[in-house]
Amino acid sequence: METNAPVRARNRELIGLIPASLLVTAGFAGVFIQRQNALSNVSLTYGALFLGLCIAAHIFIRITLPRADPYMFPLVAVLASFGLVMIYRIDATLARQQAQWFVLGLILFVGTILLFRDYRKLEQYRYIIVIVSLGILVLPRLPGIGYSANGAYLGVRIPGLFVFQPAEVSKIGLVIFLASYLRDTRQVLVQGGRKFLGVTLPPIKQFGPVVVIWGLAMAILVVLSDTGSSIMFYGGLLAMLYVATNRLSFVVIGLIAAAVGFWYLGTHIPHIHARVETWLHPLNPRLYHAPLGSYQVANAMFAQSAGGLFGQGFGRAALTLPNGGSLLPAPQTDMIYAVITDELGLFGAVAVLITYLLFVARGFKTALLARDSFSTLLAVGLSAMFALQVFVIVGGVTRVIPLTGVTLPFISYGGSSIVANLVLVALLLLVSDRARRPA
Amino acid sequence: MSGPIVRLFGVIVLLFALLVFFTSRWTVFEASSLNNNPLNVRTLLDELQIKRGQILADDGTVLAKSVPAAGNTWSRTYPDGPLFAHAVGYSIAAKGEASGLEESAAPELRGVQTGLSSIFGQLSPRPVGDDVYTNLDPAAQRAAQVALAGEAGSVVAIDPSTGAVKVMYANPTYNNNGPNPGQGCGAKDCLVNRVTEGQYAPGSTFKIVTATAAIDSGLYTENSVINGDSPITVSGVPLNNDGDQSWGPQTLTTAMTYSINTIFAQVAEHVGRATMTEYMKRFGFYSKPPLDYPSGQIGISQPWSSVTGKPFPPGSPDEDIGRIGIGEGGLLVTPLQMAMVASAVADNGTLMTPHLVARVVNQDGQTVSTTNPSVESQVMKPSTAQAVTRMMEKVVEEGTGITVQIPGVTIAGKTGTPQIPTPEEPQRTQPAFVAFAPAQHPKVAIAVMVDESNGGYGATVAAPVAKAVLRVLLSEGQ
Repeated sequence: METNAPVRARNRELIGLIPASLLVTAGFAGVFIQRQNALSNVSLTYGALFLGLCIAAHIFIRITLPRADPYMFPLVAVLASFGLVMIYRIDATLARQQAQWFVLGLILFVGTILLFRDYRKLEQYRYIIVIVSLGILVLPRLPGIGYSANGAYLGVRIPGLFVFQPAEVSKIGLVIFLASYLRDTRQVLVQGGRKFLGVTLPPIKQFGPVVVIWGLAMAILVVLSDTGSSIMFYGGLLAMLYVATNRLSFVVIGLIAAAVGFWYLGTHIPHIHARVETWLHPLNPRLYHAPLGSYQVANAMFAQSAGGLFGQGFGRAALTLPNGGSLLPAPQTDMIYAVITDELGLFGAVAVLITYLLFVARGFKTALLARDSFSTLLAVGLSAMFALQVFVIVGGVTRVIPLTGVTLPFISYGGSSIVANLVLVALLLLVSDRARRPA
Repeated sequence: MSGPIVRLFGVIVLLFALLVFFTSRWTVFEASSLNNNPLNVRTLLDELQIKRGQILADDGTVLAKSVPAAGNTWSRTYPDGPLFAHAVGYSIAAKGEASGLEESAAPELRGVQTGLSSIFGQLSPRPVGDDVYTNLDPAAQRAAQVALAGEAGSVVAIDPSTGAVKVMYANPTYNNNGPNPGQGCGAKDCLVNRVTEGQYAPGSTFKIVTATAAIDSGLYTENSVINGDSPITVSGVPLNNDGDQSWGPQTLTTAMTYSINTIFAQVAEHVGRATMTEYMKRFGFYSKPPLDYPSGQIGISQPWSSVTGKPFPPGSPDEDIGRIGIGEGGLLVTPLQMAMVASAVADNGTLMTPHLVARVVNQDGQTVSTTNPSVESQVMKPSTAQAVTRMMEKVVEEGTGITVQIPGVTIAGKTGTPQIPTPEEPQRTQPAFVAFAPAQHPKVAIAVMVDESNGGYGATVAAPVAKAVLRVLLSEGQ
């Protein structure tokens, strides 16, 4: 029985891939019928190719990580295939590039698993990792290669070669560092603390570096004006700190500090203040027509209301104006959730959110099963970061929070995002496989 | 560490619940206010991307069609422009404006999208609207335009046995092509469809209604003799015949033939307010004619009070029923209403529901729906209709309507020459002619009303227009 468990887990994974390949085939078929009023066999080719890739990855996992969580990879495949269909529907050229990025991502996925079979050796490089993670964050600010969108410095562009968003990679590096750092200091953080007004404060010596990293990350993100990543990083850090110490007081202090910080920035930095204004009053005609105003946010709402319960159907969402102007700016990246809701309605959007939540649940399950603190914290950090990324972008599109430009993992168009998130999945599978090994 | 992990997952579930809640807010709870927000151009864009069906004449002539425009959208073109502008109207999707058939037949032209088809519509192409075939006759419509020769006025022709509207033409007309229809048509509002909205004094053409009430109520026959001296006092005010001619005792038929005002005023007073009002209602007065045309572009035919400036309530004791009986007394009518009067007499007293749309055909050539002729009301007994028809035949045979005679065709008609004097033009009239033909097997009921003439008569100004249109309509299908 014990020996059969890994095999059965892998069989579940294989079966789990069937919905993903059906989805991609049906989706492409839908788009083709919509476009050409005829079913093209290209849709079947796409489905078959995608299924082939997934089966190859599955066989690889079967060999290298036989005990790893069987549901994570199929969930990723469902999200990625769905994303591919959505991007194809928006722009066929981008979909081909996205598929290429997916292949590159799978190569790095395999590389990560082969290189870090014992992922705990990552701890040896934790300072290199954190320095590199923080260092690359500054790249978008460098003249010549950096580029900005809507006032935020989001990426690096080397013309003709590639575009790269450092934040996507940094988030993994920071989680690795913090998992390792908190593993060493969590006991001290809790026990060494002094009570002050009934609240346990950690000693400055141990908590200091965390404060420094937080401050540094915040400072860089404020310099880059990338508030989306800022919220994601900070939330991820707080989550790891909470799990490491089980001290709610840290979270409360952290949230108060963040609230004060974001209030100050929101009222004193024009770019961020403008974002807050468009968040609060998107339907104000003056803001709507202003440059960098609420046009995008307002049209995200209009797109969702057009979708209703069931959506208008694949390929039916209006994305451009008759004069060629954009009705919904950045449909393939920031606004892809609005396009999904427009075409598949509330039901389709909720199905996507549930898929993400299931993936996050498997990540947390892995954290619960892990037998050492580093593994637990790594799984918690990666899962929380992933969940927060979904929350930040979907929350921005649905106006829960101000809109900030991060990608919707596996669905949005973007090479850095899909590659980095596949590495994230690889790390979670590594933790999971070790956690489920017989003691 | 398991406790915090579970609680942290709980927080994440709550965050996701917040996302679901906000998505529901925009997709369901606040969807209609967002869809109707003036900043939201999606509804209009959807409209622009629908290929509306064509509007066609009865012979297949295209009156309105969609042509590709910028960015995957469609715009409307009207090949005959002003000739059919009032009937067809216009549709400017970019502004959400429409009129005429473009408005009233919009559900068919757009193609109806039900809730069910939008769920399953995910795998189907964007809908294309259905084609709408009208009963309009291009040759007769053109004859009306030519005969009116630019004079302000209206021509409407109906098939009495079905209610099919064959001609709907009014001057001034406008060019319904382009983004600003009706722009620059001068002081006269050329967007007003005088056939359905125009408010004309019917004058003596209304004597058809009075004669119907008189005979059908059993109070008179076509041979009843009444004194036709002039003037007489009606509602305390002297009433004259044309040229103040005293006719002495005459039959009702003769009174119709030579349009003797004093006789019809006495008849209307004797028939009484209640019975007159009842017959007017049966003909369709006092309410909007049930035409398949935008309700906002259809006027009501009824008497108006010069004191209050408002319509009299039906049967009001304040109205001058004697003068209403000869088409005066503040009575204002639409040409469509007068054509319906002729139509009811022509069809043995049965008023058929007037309709512009003959059938709706989808893009596969299948007929989706056909407008079946339906009875609007039984206005009078067939015997009454035959008596009134004989009286109207006399009008054309030897009376005021001899100008309309067409060799080989018996026409039943009635002229009208209401006086609308102005200080500058004391002789100003509003000539009218209402008729149907052939009298014994009617194919066409027609009303022609001309806005103004300097001393012209119904017989000399309106009847020739009716004759030109009747010639075309009667020559067809023979």
